[in-house]
Amino acid sequence: MSTNELTLTPGNSLDVAKGKLVVAPTQSLGAVRRPVNTTGWREWLFTVDHKKLGIMYGCVAFVFFIVGGVEALFIRLQLALPDGRILSADKYNQMFTMHATTMVFLFAMPMAAAFANYFLPLQIGARDVAFPRLNALSFWLFLTGGLILNASWFLGGAADGGWFMYAPNSGPVFSPTNGVDFWILGLQITGIASLIGSINLIVTVLNMRAPGMTLMKMPVFTWMLLVVQFLLVFSLPVITVALVLLMFQRSYGATFFDVSQGADPLLWQHLFWIFGHPEVYVLILPAFGIISEVLPTFSRKPLFGYPFVVFSGASIGLVGFGVWAHHMFASGLGPVSVAVFSMATMAIAIPTGVKIFNWILTMWGGKIWYSAAMKFAIGLIILFTIGGLSGVTHAVAPSDTQQTDTYYIVAHFHYVLFGGTVFGLFSGFYYWWPKVFGKMLNEKLGSWNFWFMVIGMNLTFGPMHILGLQGQPRRMYVWTEARAGEGFFNLGFWNMVSSVGSFILATGVLFFIINVIKTTRNPERAPLDPWDARTLEWITTSPPKVHNFDRIPVVHHLDEFFHRKYVEDEATHTMKQVATGEELVRAEEEAADADIHLPGPSYWPLLLSIGMGILGMGVIYGTPIMVVGALVVLFSSYGWVLEPSVPDAIDFDTPSTDGHTKEITPVG
Amino acid sequence: MWLFLGSECLLFGGLISTYMLYRGRVQNGPHPSQIYDIPFTSVSSFVLLMSSLTMVLAVSSAHRKDDSKTNLWLLITGLLGATFVGGQVYEFTTFYREGLGFTTSLFSSSFYTLTGFHGVHVSVGVIMLMSLMGIIKKNKITGDKAEVVELIGLYWHFVDVVWIIIFTLVYLIPA
Repeated sequence: MSTNELTLTPGNSLDVAKGKLVVAPTQSLGAVRRPVNTTGWREWLFTVDHKKLGIMYGCVAFVFFIVGGVEALFIRLQLALPDGRILSADKYNQMFTMHATTMVFLFAMPMAAAFANYFLPLQIGARDVAFPRLNALSFWLFLTGGLILNASWFLGGAADGGWFMYAPNSGPVFSPTNGVDFWILGLQITGIASLIGSINLIVTVLNMRAPGMTLMKMPVFTWMLLVVQFLLVFSLPVITVALVLLMFQRSYGATFFDVSQGADPLLWQHLFWIFGHPEVYVLILPAFGIISEVLPTFSRKPLFGYPFVVFSGASIGLVGFGVWAHHMFASGLGPVSVAVFSMATMAIAIPTGVKIFNWILTMWGGKIWYSAAMKFAIGLIILFTIGGLSGVTHAVAPSDTQQTDTYYIVAHFHYVLFGGTVFGLFSGFYYWWPKVFGKMLNEKLGSWNFWFMVIGMNLTFGPMHILGLQGQPRRMYVWTEARAGEGFFNLGFWNMVSSVGSFILATGVLFFIINVIKTTRNPERAPLDPWDARTLEWITTSPPKVHNFDRIPVVHHLDEFFHRKYVEDEATHTMKQVATGEELVRAEEEAADADIHLPGPSYWPLLLSIGMGILGMGVIYGTPIMVVGALVVLFSSYGWVLEPSVPDAIDFDTPSTDGHTKEITPVG
Repeated sequence: MWLFLGSECLLFGGLISTYMLYRGRVQNGPHPSQIYDIPFTSVSSFVLLMSSLTMVLAVSSAHRKDDSKTNLWLLITGLLGATFVGGQVYEFTTFYREGLGFTTSLFSSSFYTLTGFHGVHVSVGVIMLMSLMGIIKKNKITGDKAEVVELIGLYWHFVDVVWIIIFTLVYLIPA
């Protein structure tokens, strides 16, 4: 390797070989050179770029969406007819446990993480997150945890105790197979991934906003994500404790949940739901954030009541820690506790209602553009409200006593989770696809996607309100004609409607997949600013360059991008367009920064995740494996710590040529 | 680091709550009042408390860019921490021999889990201190040296504060 420029840093060493001066690259702990100039699949494996990680999160999360969806379809097939024989009781238990666990932990949270990873830095005018390698670690740990969780299907049976895994039922006596152990390990590992990610994003938001962007000038999506990260920081450790106690009971003979040995039968429930309730706000707030961007854009009006939307999000987060026992109204808590939690739960409906009104008032008087993204956003408002109304009936403890453990609850949470979270995410897909991939998703297919999902969803979950109030319990693998009731309330009829609805819903998802494939094959590029959007992430190319912004923007307004395009005409008091998105991006290119240092790729996050996976499997399969895993983790940690986050110039082989940017001058 | 420590508060909070719930449930084996050796554990606690002092001195040396003093104080902090862990190991083996195994009773399981988690946190801290010493010696710190020492210091103080809470609730307040 010849050099015409020498940069000596503490990491380099000087040598004379073959009569030429040779500077060796940074000695990292590993035997292999730092992977700075990788291309192709290796680029993805070692990347720390938030955009690539976001895409990877999105792809893996979508695969798990399909997995969880197939599990749901099995459930609906089993329940479509009386005395169903598609799934045995045991398989049915595994199916609903894994459906819920997959959807909550392997689809909804990571898909929100995908959007957060890609757009949070762009929305605040940053070039990446605060800790890029930790960001990569979060992704690889998520993938490891997801694989371990689903490995259980092939290694003796999946977990079968319900996604909330109540102990003592999930203890070694009543759940003797390894399924629950895989569940514990999968969740511990994905939990670490989420915890690390939350610390990363909080530091990013607090420290890396563009100059001029005060907290109250941040986009609502970023605000909602910030609240979510705080929820995660404080709720994840509690489920960690619960999982640890259960693991010690199952693997090492402790008696934490063994009532015959004096254990408290409610310990697990409290620990789980102190996590579990904030968790549902973790699931919905990102979707709320997405539609808070979509609705103003497609109503051509700013968001109504920005401070109210922000503060209601924060209060939902805060009060969310105080309502967990509403999941336990029927567990014998006693009237005082039940009354307190009942009132707190009613209180938390208020900030959510504030948001609904603000969204409606955003649309009021606006010039509505019914794009696919907008349809999903409006769908969220309607469907989430329906789910919220049934939720309010649960808050009333006496009526919840009838509703609990019936399909009425299933109806509630699917309306808020599917009608809320999933619709919000799909709105985000259609809104931001052009920015991420440079192409527009087909609007007509988007319409088919939307309508099949809306109709399918309502046919699937609507009847569950009736089924629940008529007494069909949750988690029952079969129903019989003899007990199905008569006339309008015949359970059989509504179960069939629900099952048919689920397949219509699946068809809707299929339309989305077809849309993605068709768009990928279509060579037509999207315009830079197809929706006439309002926030900073649109002052970039589509897709954004690796360093995001040619010049870090200085922010003067909320909805900065909008205010750079439109200025108020003094005479008529209307907004006049003074620039297009393309013109603004070109202006940024012309004023580009001369030196941009980016954090370099690294293989330590991937290696550490593999080590954690081995460590986890060792808990099930034997201590020697644990030792191997621990050693890999230790080795990777040291390698990581000793590696500088920005690679030295000497680590590059040849000068990089990218016409638009001037990167740190590499030597070659 | 502050955010991580915030999450750790909830972690130890959960473990302490479990202990407080189960401290009186002694189906088999010794009762807390029969097995704790308060004087011994007090000495152990004092050692850990002193290690926080030496940690502060290490951070102060780092701010004054005095590498050799920083390393000296880091070493002493690590040794004091290791002494604490040694004391814990001795205490656990003594309890075990007196009939308090991990699965003996709910009290024993919660006790060992809580103090065990704390002990592991201290051990990881000692490893971090020793590694930090090595990295400073080899001059391979990436980033601001004083800041790194300060962050490790934050972790160490947290571990000490958690111990003060555990010592008070577990040992000093009678079950």
